Amino acid sequence: MEWLNFAAQITSSAIRLSVPLLFACLAGLYSERSGVFDIGLEGKMLVAAFAGGAIAAISGSAWLGLFAAIAASVAFSLVHGFASITHRGNQIVSGVAINFIAFGLTAQLGATWFGTGGQTPQLGDNARFLSIDWPLAGSLRGVPVVGHLYSQIISGHNVLAYLAFLAVPFTWWVLYRTRFGLRLRAVGENPAAVDTAGISVETMRYSGVVCCGILCGFGGAYLSIAQSANFVENMTAGKGFIALAALIFAKWRPVAAMWTCLLFGVLEAIAIRLQGVPIAGIGPVPVQLMQAVPYILTVVLLAGFIGRAVPPKAGGVAYLKEE
Amino acid sequence: MSRSARELPVWVDAGLIPFLNLAAAFLVTGILILIIGESPVESVKIMLTGAFGYGEGVGYTLFYTTNFIFTGLAFAVALHAGLFNIGTEGQAYIGGLGVASVCLALGGFPMPIVILLAIIASALFGAAWAFLPAYLQAKRGSHIVITTIMFNFIAAALMVYLLVNVLSPAGSMQPETRTFDESARVPLMHDFLAGLGMVIARSPLNLSFFWALICAGLVQVLIWHTKLGYELRVLGANPEAAVYAGMKPDRLIVTAMLISGGLAGFMALNEVMGSQNRLVLEFTSGYGFVGIAVALMGRSRPVGIILAALLFGALYQGGADLAFEKPAITRQMIVIIQGLVILFAGALEHMFRPQITRIFARRNPQLRGA
Repeated sequence: MEWLNFAAQITSSAIRLSVPLLFACLAGLYSERSGVFDIGLEGKMLVAAFAGGAIAAISGSAWLGLFAAIAASVAFSLVHGFASITHRGNQIVSGVAINFIAFGLTAQLGATWFGTGGQTPQLGDNARFLSIDWPLAGSLRGVPVVGHLYSQIISGHNVLAYLAFLAVPFTWWVLYRTRFGLRLRAVGENPAAVDTAGISVETMRYSGVVCCGILCGFGGAYLSIAQSANFVENMTAGKGFIALAALIFAKWRPVAAMWTCLLFGVLEAIAIRLQGVPIAGIGPVPVQLMQAVPYILTVVLLAGFIGRAVPPKAGGVAYLKEE
Repeated sequence: MSRSARELPVWVDAGLIPFLNLAAAFLVTGILILIIGESPVESVKIMLTGAFGYGEGVGYTLFYTTNFIFTGLAFAVALHAGLFNIGTEGQAYIGGLGVASVCLALGGFPMPIVILLAIIASALFGAAWAFLPAYLQAKRGSHIVITTIMFNFIAAALMVYLLVNVLSPAGSMQPETRTFDESARVPLMHDFLAGLGMVIARSPLNLSFFWALICAGLVQVLIWHTKLGYELRVLGANPEAAVYAGMKPDRLIVTAMLISGGLAGFMALNEVMGSQNRLVLEFTSGYGFVGIAVALMGRSRPVGIILAALLFGALYQGGADLAFEKPAITRQMIVIIQGLVILFAGALEHMFRPQITRIFARRNPQLRGA
């Protein structure tokens, strides 16, 4: 029973921790599948978290907060698109710039509008997405296995968490079963062919970038108005980059992205749980090692030791239409 | 170099266009300062005075400039070989570990020996951190942008572990090493010049500044006056041509990245050995990433890099004074300005180019059709 409880708690906390990663990872998937590399996931989530926290605090509505988060994130992704699609600028440099601006801007505006510390005010329950208890979750709690699975793992998350996991089959369907998805993938592999078919490469890539902005908006909103009750400076703390690592680890595929984000979530949950606790036979595992594991795993994958991660062929290359 | 760049006069390509990009970045900054409720004109005055108006300010400006010269050169050397080394941040961080190891171990040794060994150690450690991403790019085709980003985070985790568990003195809760001995510090500029009879204001500016200028000279020679530099540029311009010319791309990739990582490591001399005199968490604080903007603005040429580094150094110091004078403006305003400069001078560097080319085409018929 003891270990069952432990496993259920770790899984439940891993799900909570993997939600922002999953949103950002799927966000990156849309953008990179369309041929636009995006290392600015971190920055977009950060502006979304700030806009969400600020608007939810002012309006008292979680949904308005979510809307503001998405709007802010999409605005930043349009800047990325403007630089890397319209002006064929360097996509990596644009991503770096977006991360810088997002970090500085959220801290500065937080200080200007809400006073010192750059935090947004604490949100009341109405202005947040609270966890939803499913029917019978309370009474089933004591039942072994079923209770653990139903009451702790399936029930008890907020609406954004469920949306994140619904976004996985949805993304799969869009990508592999719709005309839009086919074109999106094609424009990331061979833009010239798409262009020849009479479809605008620019429009397709902008669509990918905007989808990316929307999902980063959800991810940021989850951080500030669902998981926590306010925005604090730099609250993404590298999650955008872990999501980027997860995207590569998942080889740019939606279902694999979900499993990877869950794996990274489990690692984080264990790292939090085992802080300073010695493991039998090994001794205490440094928490920093656990934090570095996602990055190390990604490097190992990129080295070609666990299969091969082949990015979209035209990724990172601006398309120059022949005249 | 792109086609249109070659056809524009040099003063337009390396002067007018960067100037317009900067102007756009500062325009957006000005609007932002208005939104915050401060006066942009007054802010510019405070920043200029802060960066150049008094001795201490100039010292700080040149101190930050030193960091940016190192990271800018580091990024530029890799870029010449067509490699996007976004890991200068992590390489500089690990370079600090090398500097600190030497300074902690050789406390009582004569200063020139300690400094010499620290220079070697910073380069070795920085280069070592660049080696694996370089090797993986060369041998397994792993995308260097992604691997170097990952290595930045691995470096950050490693340094937290080392500073908390290994390097902090017994009984101390601070995640930092003990302060280095007097002989294990790079002399400060005002002390050094006082010895020569010149009096300047106190600031963290130290002799690393000269080393940065020397490195700029060395990079100039390396890239444009040696066989290796030529091969790196060929690799960067056309990898296939490099193969047909009998060059070895694998070795060139690793060499370029080792030099780049070493140059990034030198940044730690200025920060760790010249100013902080101990190894602290996050001493790199984004200087590595700013190096990308410095190199791009300086068109990857050492002279341009020194000028761009001076610009960013002035922004950094002027911005710090601005945050001090105006309570409404925080230090994060500097991060915003840097980000805007990276955006407009880096990612959007081609924004004004078509219009400028058209204007010059009207003046000069030879450019028509470009």
